Amino acid sequence: MSILLNKESKVVISGITGREGSFHARQMIEYGTNVVAGVTPGKGGQILEAGDVTVPVFNSVREAVEATGADTSMIIVPARFAVDAIYETVDAGVPFVVCLSEYIPVLDMIAVRNYIDSKDGVRLLGPNCPGLLTPGEAKLGFIPGSIAMSGPVGVVSKSGTLTYEVIDALTRLGIGQTTCIGIGGDPINGTDFIDVLEMFENDPDTEHIVMIGEIGGNAEEQAAEYIKAHVTKPVTSFIAGRTAPPGRRMGHAGAIVEGSSGSAEGKIEALRAAGVPVADNPDDIAKIVAERMGK
Amino acid sequence: MNLHEYQAKRTFAKYGVPIPDGDVAYTANEARENAKKLGGKVVVKAQVHIGGRGKAGGVKLANTPEEAAEAAAKILGMDIKGFTVNKVLIDEQSAIDKEIYLAVLIDRAARRSMIMASAAGGMDIEAVAKETPEKIIKVHVDPALGVKGYQSTYIASRMGLPREQWKQFHNIVTNLYASFVNSDASLAEVNPLIVTDDGMLMAVDGKMSIDDNALYRQPELEAMRDLSEEPEAEKQARAAGINFIQLDGNIGCMVNGAGLAMTTMDVVNLFGGSPANFLDIGGGAKAESVATALKLILSDPKVKAVLINIFGGITRGDEVAQGIVDALAMVDTDIPMVVRLAGTNAKEGLAILADAEMETAVTLSDAAQKAVAIAGGAA
Repeated sequence: MSILLNKESKVVISGITGREGSFHARQMIEYGTNVVAGVTPGKGGQILEAGDVTVPVFNSVREAVEATGADTSMIIVPARFAVDAIYETVDAGVPFVVCLSEYIPVLDMIAVRNYIDSKDGVRLLGPNCPGLLTPGEAKLGFIPGSIAMSGPVGVVSKSGTLTYEVIDALTRLGIGQTTCIGIGGDPINGTDFIDVLEMFENDPDTEHIVMIGEIGGNAEEQAAEYIKAHVTKPVTSFIAGRTAPPGRRMGHAGAIVEGSSGSAEGKIEALRAAGVPVADNPDDIAKIVAERMGK
Repeated sequence: MNLHEYQAKRTFAKYGVPIPDGDVAYTANEARENAKKLGGKVVVKAQVHIGGRGKAGGVKLANTPEEAAEAAAKILGMDIKGFTVNKVLIDEQSAIDKEIYLAVLIDRAARRSMIMASAAGGMDIEAVAKETPEKIIKVHVDPALGVKGYQSTYIASRMGLPREQWKQFHNIVTNLYASFVNSDASLAEVNPLIVTDDGMLMAVDGKMSIDDNALYRQPELEAMRDLSEEPEAEKQARAAGINFIQLDGNIGCMVNGAGLAMTTMDVVNLFGGSPANFLDIGGGAKAESVATALKLILSDPKVKAVLINIFGGITRGDEVAQGIVDALAMVDTDIPMVVRLAGTNAKEGLAILADAEMETAVTLSDAAQKAVAIAGGAA
């Protein structure tokens, strides 16, 4: 079992003919993802070839959905086109949209989130995220397929490479994953820690949850409260940015300590108070999970 | 990107928020001339991207053009928390009856823009929020509606503003919000918004931060960037598209990915070292970007060791290793380096680095300990 994505998911990729888009489309198809369509305005009628698979390209998401029944979207276009692509995809009736694009203005995301919240049954993951991967089934985005393995741990994170590290370390200890999800490092996003925690809690195959946070905002504090009240499965965590200077954005648009809010210490304290062990060193996360799982 | 006070206030004024008459001066002579035009009674204010100017002596009242010139002479060239003052704002003095705090900002948790106000203006708002949170009034704005009349009425009433000032206040809130939205700001702050002794509201101090992601559609604001306040290395990094922040330590860090870059700093610190910088080179690690990043790190004379931490994902470890070896051939340095490589094809990558006689490490802890030992402990 898995959450949000499996081998049945019918995927449409916005930006499939771009350099990044075509590269990752091929990686995803090679991994087993059921990519049914691509969209690039002006390139409708083209075909993307990936091994034995051919993917038709459409001018609009609506045409792609009408022709293929796509139910999952991945957006990999430059930031200034990404907002329009999100609206287009939701308007075409696709219930699950993953936006990888980085550098979308925050005020645009406020409007996007406002729009999505007004729709029933629509979920956005990202933007500025590495996507998600269900080992052995499918992947959307950048997470390398080679490091993951099917098993009982759900992984959710704001980060990219730091998450790959943790997935890789778990796999090396023989601990597989149900689904690995990057929610992204922007200040306003579509899916938060709490949403994913709820899905992992309800997923019968997920036995343990790893949550990787970072400085900025209060999503980790909210997650801690949620865990205390609603999560029965063990959660292990790590928070990046204890040495980050206040007032500076650490790469991710959302990773900033502003005044007294968003510090790593506050998040670590909140999580520990909710009974969640927080590793001091990312090298220890997989070991802590192994110990807690009795491995 | 942060604007200076005078830039923020001019932006507010463009949208109809009243501000005092005033202009910028770069010399004491200019300050005298500006003060003359304003009738003599002025306030001279350092323009630097740092708070606490007043306490540092960067804001002075002057009652004659001569006093304005003297004040400017003292403030220009002054060092305020590491920032050198190279311009001052000369504003007319205002007769202050009351000081209000007013800001538009982004409330991440509510996923909305928010108006924040307090009758306890003119002070450090973080301190007010901490000690007397009931004095802070917050109102969220629906992005599809904008600020509505009832919202500014609520704020004005809660602050105890007299009825005859509500209209003025509503216009200021609406106009400040318009400047915030149309400038793609993440903060538009007026502190204080004063009520003069004849009952007029006016923004005497202002602060504005613009969302870096939106600068592509804000060319006028982008042109206001003050390059003199940005460290040279950070300027170069921005031009090269590398995320780089200069810090105080002696261990240079080069990492792929922002989360992992922060974590690398944390682990260096955990083992008693002190990071010299935050640096994210992005996805892969091609020779050119590694070389550029290395030059940035080595431009800091405090750096005694460099820690390179790369997780090879879709970019394979052996390609990354070759990129690092090629980059080192382009940069002439004798600063010792430790390379930690993990992920896809890490073993092959480490072999390439070992052949090139580089110090390598398998885990981040191991790499950090080696770098700390080379750099001789904390800076």
